[in-house]
Amino acid sequence: MILAATGPEIAFWGFAVVAGIAGFFVVGSRNVVHAALYLVGVLGSVGAIYIVLGAEFVGWVQILIYVGAIVVLLLFGIMLTKAPIGGVALDNNQRPVAFIVAATTFGGLTWIIWRTFGGTRIRLSPTRTAQIGNSLFTHFVLPFEAVSVLLLAALVGAIVLARRD
Amino acid sequence: MNLAWPLTLGALLFSIGVYGVLARRNAVLVLMSIELMLNAVNVNLVAFSTWIRETIAIGQIFALFVITIAAAEVGIGLAIVLLIFRNRETINIDEIDLLKW
Repeated sequence: MILAATGPEIAFWGFAVVAGIAGFFVVGSRNVVHAALYLVGVLGSVGAIYIVLGAEFVGWVQILIYVGAIVVLLLFGIMLTKAPIGGVALDNNQRPVAFIVAATTFGGLTWIIWRTFGGTRIRLSPTRTAQIGNSLFTHFVLPFEAVSVLLLAALVGAIVLARRD
Repeated sequence: MNLAWPLTLGALLFSIGVYGVLARRNAVLVLMSIELMLNAVNVNLVAFSTWIRETIAIGQIFALFVITIAAAEVGIGLAIVLLIFRNRETINIDEIDLLKW
């Protein structure tokens, strides 16, 4: 199977391995800032995987919004809360339970996925950004506008919550 | 490409996020784990969108909506974390137990 791998499959595997390893470091790192930087690795690799899967617009939006905005916001949160960066316990005492739950989730999901979609092949072909735009502004106009109102409400709410008065 | 591969990656990222939410005690790290879980869902949406090959790209549109909601969620979440830190001098979620008797 490995010998018959095509270029996109090799690229997918490379980015998937990077995303998985960086994900383990996000939840395992003893330093908050390092965890945020590993999160950049995960999010960037997942964005690259979107592009490999043909979703180029979602991929670039992922890079722009997640890596460009959300991680910066998280770093600001770390800075403003003056949280202890490292050296103290960042984990609580339910790690074994959490590990069991996560392992069970992964095992169950993987079993179901391989049972159901084990033999399903997908053909990769890019979805053009023009297609996304057409679809968004013909079939999904109302959700699009609703999301814009939601973003405005979230903006106002965040300002009201974080304001010092 | 086998459809099960991206779905397995999604399952792996989701499980890592579940572990992080359950095991971390710093609220910012819990928010990061939630972002991991949202990303796992997006991987699934994009993979199924590529598999079904529908003409209006519903899966990718919904991934975009999920990304937008995630941005709003992390903004509000960090504002709440900031407020809690200002009031209680800690963001360890096992010390924020006002509602626990």
